[in-house]
Amino acid sequence: MSTFWSLWVAILSISCLVLVFGILYWNMQNYTGVEEGKSMGHEFDGIEELNNPLPAWWTKMFWATAVWAVYYLIAYPGLGNYAGILDWTSSNQGLKSVAESKAATQAGIDNGLHVQYDQEVVKANEKFGPIFEKFAKQDIVALAKNEDALEIGQRLFLQNCSQCHGSDARGGEGFPNLTDNDWLYGGSPEKIKESLLIGRKAAMPGWEATLGEDGVKQVTAYVISLSGREVDSALAAAGEAKYGMCAACHGADGKGSLAHNLPFGAPDLTDNIWLYGGSERAITETIKHGRNGVMPAWKEILGEDKVHIISAYVYSLSNK
Amino acid sequence: MSATSSTTPNYNFDIVKNFAFMAVVWGLIGMSAGVLIAAQLVWPELNFDLPYTTYSRLRPLHTNAVIFAFGGCALFATSYYVVQRTCQTRLFSDKLAKFTFWGWQAIILSAVVTLPLGLTSSKEYAELEWPIDILIAIVWIAYAIVFFGTIVKRTVSHIYVANWFYGGFILTVAVLHIGNSMAIPVSFTKSYSIYSGAVDAMMQWWYGHNAVGFFLTAGFLGMMYYFVPKQAERPVYSYRLSVVHFWALVSLYIWAGPHHLHYTALPDWTQSLGMVMSVVLFVPSWGGMINGIMTLSGAWHKLRTDPILRFMIVSLSFYGMSTFEGPMMAIKTVNALSHYTDWTVGHVHSGALGWVAMVSIGSLYHLIPKVFGREKMYSIKLINIHFWLATVGVVLYIVAMWISGVMEGMMWRQINADGTLTYSFVEIVAQKKPLNIIRWIGGLCCVAGMIIMLYNVVRTIRSEKTEAASVPSSTAQAV
Repeated sequence: MSTFWSLWVAILSISCLVLVFGILYWNMQNYTGVEEGKSMGHEFDGIEELNNPLPAWWTKMFWATAVWAVYYLIAYPGLGNYAGILDWTSSNQGLKSVAESKAATQAGIDNGLHVQYDQEVVKANEKFGPIFEKFAKQDIVALAKNEDALEIGQRLFLQNCSQCHGSDARGGEGFPNLTDNDWLYGGSPEKIKESLLIGRKAAMPGWEATLGEDGVKQVTAYVISLSGREVDSALAAAGEAKYGMCAACHGADGKGSLAHNLPFGAPDLTDNIWLYGGSERAITETIKHGRNGVMPAWKEILGEDKVHIISAYVYSLSNK
Repeated sequence: MSATSSTTPNYNFDIVKNFAFMAVVWGLIGMSAGVLIAAQLVWPELNFDLPYTTYSRLRPLHTNAVIFAFGGCALFATSYYVVQRTCQTRLFSDKLAKFTFWGWQAIILSAVVTLPLGLTSSKEYAELEWPIDILIAIVWIAYAIVFFGTIVKRTVSHIYVANWFYGGFILTVAVLHIGNSMAIPVSFTKSYSIYSGAVDAMMQWWYGHNAVGFFLTAGFLGMMYYFVPKQAERPVYSYRLSVVHFWALVSLYIWAGPHHLHYTALPDWTQSLGMVMSVVLFVPSWGGMINGIMTLSGAWHKLRTDPILRFMIVSLSFYGMSTFEGPMMAIKTVNALSHYTDWTVGHVHSGALGWVAMVSIGSLYHLIPKVFGREKMYSIKLINIHFWLATVGVVLYIVAMWISGVMEGMMWRQINADGTLTYSFVEIVAQKKPLNIIRWIGGLCCVAGMIIMLYNVVRTIRSEKTEAASVPSSTAQAV
């Protein structure tokens, strides 16, 4: 904030408080020229006003808040750029990346600043870090049989993953089911952990412009036929002729990118498991407009130890 | 009480009648919408699987209906009544006043249509889209002209304290509404705020909290300052107290918005200032309560027989309670627990149902027989039943929300030995179910009270006109 705005804030805030308490002080005197307890002498539609003094307990309470307000505005940031004598801030503000945030946290610790959020995080990490660290040393397959680890993994999952994948991890439209042992990027412990650590981005382009109305209909029919459902065979045949452009990601056999060791996350079209719905309407929608699937990267948010434990939990869901 | 002089001006009470009657109607409708969405929280089937009746669309309908339709009509009715009587002059312009009535009803009706359709600017308590916002601004400016015009042509020398509060409320709401609603339209039904990010959030809560501070507090304090002394037939307790608490209230409230954004991307200095001003605001708020309740000194016995006065005094108690609770919740440490929980919902309703609704209901019961030229309401007994229903309803509601809110906040922050959160969100939702049922029952009581009120008001209007009514009826121009 520029010096001008900083002064603007400080002067306005202080003036407001001075005004309020000035009026309080002024009204603690009987300036009215009317004896206390008597009528002010105005009358409005039959209503009179008495000149009773302000209740003493009330004025004391009012002054107490003044003292507290002055203390608070000296101790904490409030008056524009003034930082407060306690050097307290709630968090490192105005940062634009995780890297900047980490640098600011370190700087705060080095300079003895009271950054509340960072301090709480440091404290929590000191206290709870060793618990996660202990589990993080074991391999995922072993952890997936460790009840204590799974309990922690489930809690972490519920707090961080269930928003998209559901409390039961069975997913939803656009969010994969994690319990069916059907994987877009691989179900090995390493691949699951990789998905969590670095996140995933899947992009299917929309084909409406290329295929046209009829083309979309044909390809839809063909895609439906891949999982063994009944379709108009002429339509499906026409679709198959146009399927070439889909094969680049989904494979010529439609078994998806994973079956061909490709990292696109393009689903298997033959297994009747549908990420965005398997109705004719949903498939048409997908082919027309494409889809974008995003799984965020958790490495910087949760740290590798917690990700390791969640990976074990997710692995356990398909590998009882 | 000194008898009104024989030269009582020819007041415009038709406009007061219109607004007063619609306040009762909208009160019933708005609270019923609240009861429906409270039920949806317990029985989600009541969303009926229709987009128009989902919680997310009916909730803003409920808030708009109770705040702006019920509260707004009550404010228009009482301010037009009070400003005429305490300035001893007729309204500045009958035509403009009539325009505010039809304009305001049009605004409410367009809210009733657009909100269920999902047309919203998504700003809380300012959901209405830009064409309606423009209409609100125009009607509001007309309201200001009528109100301040009447003050200017007053025949008494001083301006009564009730009018300070009404005036402060009218001016500030104009500034707040126009400031926060600035948007760029992209179509007739969609616009985007000109503010972005944290600035947008700050503008929104600067508006939002002052919708509470000026619309729901200052305006209703104006109401209190006329109807409490009038109904109690006692002088106002302390003139100097009214001076201090008026100026402190209007100066401090405008800063309090940031306490809605504690621990967010809002800069620390803004949060601190919001918190400091909110805490200081506690004491002047109580100034209003003290002045209202102490006005009764020497007339306490009237509470035994007069349910209208009881409405007013209980409303002041709720006002005192929620203006203690609010500043406390604005303290960051408390806010860390209370924010986003049902505690906030309970707090709002102790203010809105306990204070705003009850003082309005009391005032309307006082005013309706007067403007319709009847000696008193059709049934005092029914007012008493309404009083108890409202009181029990509010208490059930806020106690349920306190328990639910504190429980929810504690459960959210409960951690296991490994530092992971103990409860998932949905487990906590399940835990709140019985409390949500109690809040729904509380709401039902309030709605039952409003049904009784509507019946009582209709019977009063249809009853024989009494000669005793001192009010010279204005030239008949029934709307």
